Amino acid sequence: MYKRILVAIDGSLHSYRAAAEAVKIASLDKASKVELLYIADFSKAKKEVLHAQGKAELEQVRRGWIQPAEDLMKENLIDYEVKILHGDPGPTIVDYANKEKFDLVVIGSRGLNGLQEMVLGSVSHKVVKRVNCPVLIIK
Amino acid sequence: MFEKIKVDWFSNIKGDVLAGIVVALALIPEAIAFSIIAGVDPMVGLYASFTMAVIIAFAGGRPGMISAATGAMALVMAPLIRDHGVEYLFAATILTGVIQILFGVFKIAKLMRFIPRAVMIGFVNSLAILIFMAQVPHFIGINNMTYVFVAITLLIVYVVPRFFKAIPAPLIAIVALTSIALYSNADLRTVGDLGAITQSLPTFLIPTVPFNFETLAIIFPYAIALAIVGLLESLLTASIVDDMTDTTSNKNLEARGQGIANVVTGFFGGMAGCAMIGQSVINVKSGGRSRLSTLVAGVFLMFLIIVLGELVVQIPMPVLVGIMIMVSIGTFDWSSFSYLRKAPKTDALVMLVTVAIVVATHDLSKGVIAGVILSAIFFVAKISTMKVLKQEEDNQITFQVEGQLFFASVDAFVDAFDISVEKKNIVIDFTTAHVWDDSAVGAIDKVVMKYRENHNQVTIKNLNAASKKLVDQLAVFNDPKASTH
Repeated sequence: MYKRILVAIDGSLHSYRAAAEAVKIASLDKASKVELLYIADFSKAKKEVLHAQGKAELEQVRRGWIQPAEDLMKENLIDYEVKILHGDPGPTIVDYANKEKFDLVVIGSRGLNGLQEMVLGSVSHKVVKRVNCPVLIIK
Repeated sequence: MFEKIKVDWFSNIKGDVLAGIVVALALIPEAIAFSIIAGVDPMVGLYASFTMAVIIAFAGGRPGMISAATGAMALVMAPLIRDHGVEYLFAATILTGVIQILFGVFKIAKLMRFIPRAVMIGFVNSLAILIFMAQVPHFIGINNMTYVFVAITLLIVYVVPRFFKAIPAPLIAIVALTSIALYSNADLRTVGDLGAITQSLPTFLIPTVPFNFETLAIIFPYAIALAIVGLLESLLTASIVDDMTDTTSNKNLEARGQGIANVVTGFFGGMAGCAMIGQSVINVKSGGRSRLSTLVAGVFLMFLIIVLGELVVQIPMPVLVGIMIMVSIGTFDWSSFSYLRKAPKTDALVMLVTVAIVVATHDLSKGVIAGVILSAIFFVAKISTMKVLKQEEDNQITFQVEGQLFFASVDAFVDAFDISVEKKNIVIDFTTAHVWDDSAVGAIDKVVMKYRENHNQVTIKNLNAASKKLVDQLAVFNDPKASTH
């Protein structure tokens, strides 16, 4: 089965559902390992830095977005890791998934900002187009 | 050392050169527009952008950050230029640099992190509002063609990046609309109507101001304001670049670097500058990471001016106005509205007061200082609430003190005790309290003495180590020689 599974988390309900599906797949095989990836979006950097008092708080806020997915992993005794990267979400997920040679990428069909994605195209669409491994999109 | 130079400069050559070129292209319209806000020739802003970027590439503390002529600084210096002329601006710019170097050397820059976020949010919002307000006289009530050009510019800068990102959209707007304006002979004001462009490298000059106390008295208040505003925006930008690149930077070194860059800029006929949030974000997004990107941005900017200087004066003002409206929209913190609803009332008030004072005085530094003082007062008010819980059993009364005991809370502390009791056993428990200063110790003395006057037995217990040290040093109630009167 899939040994290394990458789940993109952005704090949306879709992304937590993606984590739940990843749990189902990972529980099939003891050797499966899930990586929860959060992208600190470049276009939100100014807002986030402005509204946080210092680096520690920024880190804490971002870990907070991943927390529900992390809880799912813990409840189901899945071996997992958390990774936070900075960049433009679509390309950053693609580069990371390809560089690290994941076996499967799980991602929600829509992220937090539905309106923006209608105009710009969704992150999941970019990921499907350019990631080398199988991609599971969760509605 | 060699290794550090390699990392700081040559770790990412291709990304840095490309990003530097993109930033230079994006800088030109802003440098010209900020010059117009300040009320100087466009060359003053362009020279400043060149020298700031080049010097900060070497002297700065945050690789990958872009410094140039900025709106925040332009707004602060505008009255100086209006009242005294551009030579005083050059002198003020040099003095600004000297002050910033001192801030860096004496590590005052690090204190900037104590500026509350409410004040910082107020700072960027008022900056955005002022930049927008500065555009109004350039497009309201001139003619219909002006409105049309502003609208088309906004359309270009917001729509084109959706499809094409290689060249900054503001530059596309400038090239396209300047050509159209020239070709169609549209009745529009141009940059040339407001100032001249010279196609030459900046040269070293000593500001022609009288070197006396009077001059210093004129420029000093502006230099202080410029130094504060410049460092504020530079350190905020540095934090943003730190976050985007997931690295850290030396804030005191950056303050010193900003100072050096401003001193040089002043001597080369430029206006005081600082780091730019928008341009630094563009740089990092375009792949710029090291000092090389900042250097390329500055050098390529100068190259463009020398080559394209003649065209710059032909740029229609409405196009610059459109670009500045985009800059102000990008500068404004749009999440402020939800912040106003969610943040504590006092924080929201601090933010609003900061904005109100800046908009009223047109001076960013005044708003920041007022905001800092106001939040300090709120902070003191918040932590000076004292709670004293009273427990009475038989002949013993125990007071449980809760809170921070210092000059602002001593009144509340003293008032909490009912000192009319007589011949009791009084215990004051400080487990959940901290004694901070001599007025706090004085207040404890006062309470203890009053109780003793009424023949009560007083015991003080559970002071934490720091508090106990202070009490032992300063209190007189333990001193047998002290009188009770």
